[in-house]
Amino acid sequence: MSTADSPLAALWERDAVKIGVLLAGIYLAYVLVGVVLDYGVRGQLNSIATLTFYVALFALLSLALNLHWGYTGMFNIGVVGFMAVGIYVMAVVSKAPATEAAAGSVGGLGLPLWVGVLAGTVAAGLLGLLVALPALRLRADYLAIVTVAMSEMVRFTFLSGTFQRFEVGGLVIGFGGGSGLLLDFGSPVEQLFDALFLGGVYDGLVGLTGTVIENNPQPVTNGLLYGALLLGAVGLYYVVLGRLGNSPFGRVLKAIREDEDAANALGKDTKAFKTKAFVLGCALMGLGGILWYMTSGAITPNTYRPRLTFFIWIALIIGGAGSNTGSVMGGALFAALLFQGPRFLQSVVNNLVDVEAPSTFGQALAPIAGAGDLAPLGFYVIDSVRQLQLIVMGLVLIFLMHRRPEGLLGHRKEPAASVELERRPDRETPYADGGETDE
Amino acid sequence: MSDDPTAETAAGEPTSTSTVDSAEHDENGPDANNDTTVSVEREPDLRDDDAPDPEEVPLRVDGLRKEFGGITAVADASFQVEAGTLTGLIGPNGAGKSTTFNCITGVHEATAGTVTFRGEDITGLASHTVANRGLVRTFQIAREFGEMTVLENLMLAPGGQRGESLWRSVLPFVRDDVVGQESELRERCWETLEFFEIDHLAHEFAGNLSGGQRKLLELARALLTEPDVLLLDEPFAGVNPSLEERLLDHIHELRADGYTFLIVEHDMDLIMDNCEHVVVMHQGSVLTEGPPETVRKDEDVIEAYLGGDV
Amino acid sequence: MGVTESYSRGRELVEGNPLALVFGLLIVLLLFDLVGKLASGAVQVSSVAVLVKDGLARGLVIGLAGIGLSMTYSILNFANFAHGDYITAGAFSGWATTYLIAGGFGSSANVGSLLLVGAGGSVFGGALGISVTATPVAVVGGMVVAGGGAILLSLVIDRLVFEPIRDRDGITLLITSIGVAFALRYTIQFVFGPSKRGTTAAGGVPTLSVPVVDGTVRITAHDATLAVVAGGLMLGVHLLLQRTRLGKAMRAMADNEDLARVTGIPTERVVRFTWIIGGGLTGVAGYVFVLWKGTLGWFDGWILLLLIFAAVILGGIGSIYGAIVGGLVIGLTASLSVVWIPSSFSRASAFLMMILILVVKPTGLFSGRSTA
Repeated sequence: MSTADSPLAALWERDAVKIGVLLAGIYLAYVLVGVVLDYGVRGQLNSIATLTFYVALFALLSLALNLHWGYTGMFNIGVVGFMAVGIYVMAVVSKAPATEAAAGSVGGLGLPLWVGVLAGTVAAGLLGLLVALPALRLRADYLAIVTVAMSEMVRFTFLSGTFQRFEVGGLVIGFGGGSGLLLDFGSPVEQLFDALFLGGVYDGLVGLTGTVIENNPQPVTNGLLYGALLLGAVGLYYVVLGRLGNSPFGRVLKAIREDEDAANALGKDTKAFKTKAFVLGCALMGLGGILWYMTSGAITPNTYRPRLTFFIWIALIIGGAGSNTGSVMGGALFAALLFQGPRFLQSVVNNLVDVEAPSTFGQALAPIAGAGDLAPLGFYVIDSVRQLQLIVMGLVLIFLMHRRPEGLLGHRKEPAASVELERRPDRETPYADGGETDE
Repeated sequence: MSDDPTAETAAGEPTSTSTVDSAEHDENGPDANNDTTVSVEREPDLRDDDAPDPEEVPLRVDGLRKEFGGITAVADASFQVEAGTLTGLIGPNGAGKSTTFNCITGVHEATAGTVTFRGEDITGLASHTVANRGLVRTFQIAREFGEMTVLENLMLAPGGQRGESLWRSVLPFVRDDVVGQESELRERCWETLEFFEIDHLAHEFAGNLSGGQRKLLELARALLTEPDVLLLDEPFAGVNPSLEERLLDHIHELRADGYTFLIVEHDMDLIMDNCEHVVVMHQGSVLTEGPPETVRKDEDVIEAYLGGDV
Repeated sequence: MGVTESYSRGRELVEGNPLALVFGLLIVLLLFDLVGKLASGAVQVSSVAVLVKDGLARGLVIGLAGIGLSMTYSILNFANFAHGDYITAGAFSGWATTYLIAGGFGSSANVGSLLLVGAGGSVFGGALGISVTATPVAVVGGMVVAGGGAILLSLVIDRLVFEPIRDRDGITLLITSIGVAFALRYTIQFVFGPSKRGTTAAGGVPTLSVPVVDGTVRITAHDATLAVVAGGLMLGVHLLLQRTRLGKAMRAMADNEDLARVTGIPTERVVRFTWIIGGGLTGVAGYVFVLWKGTLGWFDGWILLLLIFAAVILGGIGSIYGAIVGGLVIGLTASLSVVWIPSSFSRASAFLMMILILVVKPTGLFSGRSTA
């Protein structure tokens, strides 16, 4: 950080600025596209809310995965399993109770929402502990296989008929099997405001939205507020994990990633460190799963497939493993460009044009041969955005591994310490800056 | 008797229970220049009924045995290391020196035998436990953490860092305590850097260091763990003469401060010139031990190095 | 002396590895329980026979595909997560050919629909009367194309994706293979559509009803085809490894990892043949798997992938025979597990088996022995 650089460059050095600029750019792009294509206020607000939702979640989950892989070198591709445990346990704890009378339905324990959230997070951490015991001693690729197998086993459990419904103390609870669980505990946002005695503020905000959108503004308000809540969660994760990384604890994790035996030889109980980092990361992933699916109307087991884990991995790699700021930026970029972006474009195009897509690839191609008509293919492509974006993701991953495996910020190697290691306060130093800053 | 001025032993006390030099040992110290050859008794008997004082003999190896499948790498090795000494561990290739180190420090689990450190049996304890008790080793091929800076490498080493606890490093008020400790640690690390004269490399990534600089880092890092006994595995391998001299100076300085060293080396002259006590291993067991001059002239040792079976 | 020696050897094994003992006892207990159940009539012998048949069939597929995975894992030093999608790709290319031939190259159905294996319900395998006895040419042709297609795909992907980063570490290659898996799988879904289609004429397959103690076991011609093809290919690989120079080179490469590392990156020739042999086996495995189960979907290979990893790890990476035995064990475990636990957990039981091996003996059953 030399003073010879322009003030702008110095400003850019700061991580918060990097993140802020990136997010601002993304939002601007979205709004512009919407405006240019005449998307309407409601649509715009909803798309901003959705964008924020995914940006925040991918940032959160990348941060948690970064603790495992970027700091400690544990190759965990079972992320979705921990997410699933988080939300399912929370659902069972917080769903409204059902007794035998309501035939065929499965209820929960009816406990307050925050209890459910806590329970889900802890449960995910406990699963992490269970996995850690046999698995952390394995080398990276074996750990990968074991964790993805574990996440599938979690899915089988939630899918199975065995655990679908059972009675506990007069209540019928269960995981719902193939039908999943209805999340009938009401709007978390509303409940949060009420809990903080800010019910009036909430109503005011709904009213405010109502001035821009006459018809049913509440869901839009909810979406925007929840997005803000999630951004707050990202901030919390960032601070906590940043502190963890910039400390002796983080230092040991980095050493373990590089050479576990050498760290052991210096007296560090690497098994204990790895276990703690793993369990914490898993708990954070569980919380991530809760935050993701809490506002869905229902959850089903087949949502929680390894594909989701790989999304988070791609986000992490884009941002650069090892850097927390990179994880946030990678999550944001992934959500904006690779995940939500194509869907946003799809909905915008659908809004503009009447898309009649042929049902098979063959039918899309045939008109080209016959009459040189590219339109059916175009419609087929638009209709198949979900597949195409996954193909693109695969190609992006291959490209990154070839050309830039360190991602955006992975090349940054920041010393892990809670104090600035640069200056020695009471000695004559060649550094002109006086006064040291601790922390 | 060696006329090496550095081969001073705890004055007035019998330095080892080895019978190798007992016939010749002068109560007043080893300065007497005797060139009568010592009759060497071949079997140094360390299995005394009264175990030596842990203060004087911090490290003891008794009947250590390590088998890998069909191969016996270490076969009933027994020796002692006395406090405040530089003890050399030498032997031809394949003698079992590195394996012995690994067994002592918990990298391998010994098949049989015991390792006693400061009066406590540490056989089979995990590496980190052994290191925390004050018995630290360096590696033959320096294992620095290449992606961390030199200073960071050093900051890692000391034990008892409160910040290594997960919650302490995160929670608001408690973290201040960690910051305070880290500042003190930083000072100690800078001092160590200056001692080894590598302070100009503080912010360099350890992976970018030259071979010799890595050796210095390895030693510096081991020192910061505040060990009682240091096991150095070929610290001078591939090191240029001037750096070797520097390293030796540092080691002697440290020894004067009370550290104890057990050094594995191939450079015979270096060991003979610097160590008070030398243990010779061959084919997995201890061939002989004693002061350098005695060992140097031992016929069996000479034959072992020349390739004959003992 | 012999008795004392084996006694002390046995004691060493037990003391050194208490988990192995527990594991072994568990297996013995389960077998006793099975015999008990059979004796008491709680479980029918014929049901168990059917389970065994199913397990063996799946095991053969897993083993066959596993050979390729094991080879690339040990020679190229990375876990290829795209392997499942090579299976799917082979299957689709093979079945497109079968449909094409069975559909008379466009005479009884639209060529496009045939090539897309009846995407969107445009043409049905049953309607085309596909089975190994009714349309043998179509089936054989499909098998050949499946193998060839998978070989071509493996070589192309290796050349474009893996070869430029050959010298990087295994994790980088693993992550890259995940990218390949994504790209391949969703291209298949994009082109062939998301639905699962029935590929064979369900009724028209010749079946043999074998009476077994208290019931019958039906063995279809497709069961037999699977057994013959898989067994034949495995025999072929065995002969290749034992009788040819290439085979010797591959064995040396896979056995002596240290030597391989010392000599650096394996020769491109060995690598090419690894992909060719592995790819061929994988493609055919995909094809016969679909022939056996009668349905085809874009998801099929991915579902097998974890089971194949389990088999390869169980058998020991780099060991061809390990992959085969591992495949059979995993197939039988998944199949027989329904005797004791609900069927939704049958795959879980196979995974559990893999986890147990990793805890007890990570190098696998056949490790340390030559692949010969």
